Amino acid sequence: MEAYISLFVKAVFIENLALSFFLGMCTFLAVSKKISTAMGLGIAVMVVQTLTVPANNFIYQTLLKEDALSWLGITGVDLSFLSLLSCIGMIAAIVQILEMILDKFFPALYQALGIFLPLITVNCAILAGSLFMIERDYNFSESVVYGIGSGFGWALAITVMAGVREKLKYSDIPAALQGLGITFITAGLMSLGFMAFSGIQL
Amino acid sequence: MDKETKKVLFEPLVDNNPITLQVLGVCSALAVTSQMSTSLIMAMALTSVTACSSAAISAVRNHAPSSIRIIVQMIIIASLVIVVDQLLKAFAFEVSKKLSVFVGLIITNCIVMGRAEAYAMKNPPLQSFIDGIGNGMGYSLILIIVALFRETLGSGKLLGFDVLPLVKDGGWYVPNGMMLLPPSAFFIIGLIIWAFRTWKPKQVEHNEFKIMAIAHGEGGHH
Repeated sequence: MEAYISLFVKAVFIENLALSFFLGMCTFLAVSKKISTAMGLGIAVMVVQTLTVPANNFIYQTLLKEDALSWLGITGVDLSFLSLLSCIGMIAAIVQILEMILDKFFPALYQALGIFLPLITVNCAILAGSLFMIERDYNFSESVVYGIGSGFGWALAITVMAGVREKLKYSDIPAALQGLGITFITAGLMSLGFMAFSGIQL
Repeated sequence: MDKETKKVLFEPLVDNNPITLQVLGVCSALAVTSQMSTSLIMAMALTSVTACSSAAISAVRNHAPSSIRIIVQMIIIASLVIVVDQLLKAFAFEVSKKLSVFVGLIITNCIVMGRAEAYAMKNPPLQSFIDGIGNGMGYSLILIIVALFRETLGSGKLLGFDVLPLVKDGGWYVPNGMMLLPPSAFFIIGLIIWAFRTWKPKQVEHNEFKIMAIAHGEGGHH
């Protein structure tokens, strides 16, 4: 149990996908103007991440890994080069299915999150979650914890960022630094803050 | 080279840079730039994927139904990235280890998808190829500038050569460790944007709110 808690804390704070690996930056910078939208997108990312990382883990462990097909009696086959294709396919499929389920059964939720779902397919934080899972060779239960943790960390980062930007729009910034420039510098300062967690040993 | 080709090729460098103006593909631009060698490889990988995928997507643009075009684009891009990834593993294993997942993340790099949607779907293959190279170069330019600052100031070396002699080797330069850490990449890109926009004031974003100027002579007389 301890190992899972430490993995969760690591995924949320120390290895925050947005602030220490710069993932999902395009959406991070583009959709962080208002707290409410940022939170909506954050929740959507968390849900998708929680579903896709374990799903990709299952496919990787049972089909693609070296000698993974031994349950079929086939040995010596290494399909891991296909993992990029299978990951992105899986993510696109899950997002599409999620969109349809939400639309059919939870229209209110669909109203709130619907516009963000298509954005998520091309959000690199989602794909990176799956690729990190493969690179670090997590087992299934670890991948569930990692999926939740990394999604939560990203959501936290974008919500905080939106909070800062809402205040920032009233400040006096040099004209050429307006908008994108100052957002980058803010993100840098936040990332500096998150680095304070990096010394924590669990 | 005629005028049109020149425009397509060189406009993305400063005037319409994918990173500083269109905010595309920032993720990997920041993550791989702590060293010049990884940045150069990443820049080459992205430029070749963007150019080839734009050309391929443009070649099939009239045959793919628009309802499944995103999937078609994704598959073309993903296949090209797998090729690049395998080539790097075969010929530059050390660098590919350092780049870790970031080569795979070219699939979701918005520059590739963005150029496919915005340019390749409307233009013939050869022009799309040149457009891909142009945007790849715009991305590479930022990557190289950032890496130049981060590696020289962070470790005193550039591509393995000593540029600034370090104190611990008897020189005078005390390396700035922060340059090797993530936050510095944000700061440097922020400053590059500042510089670009001071140079080209047309790119400045306008503020939603203006601070009210104090009328002359009013301040300080209370």
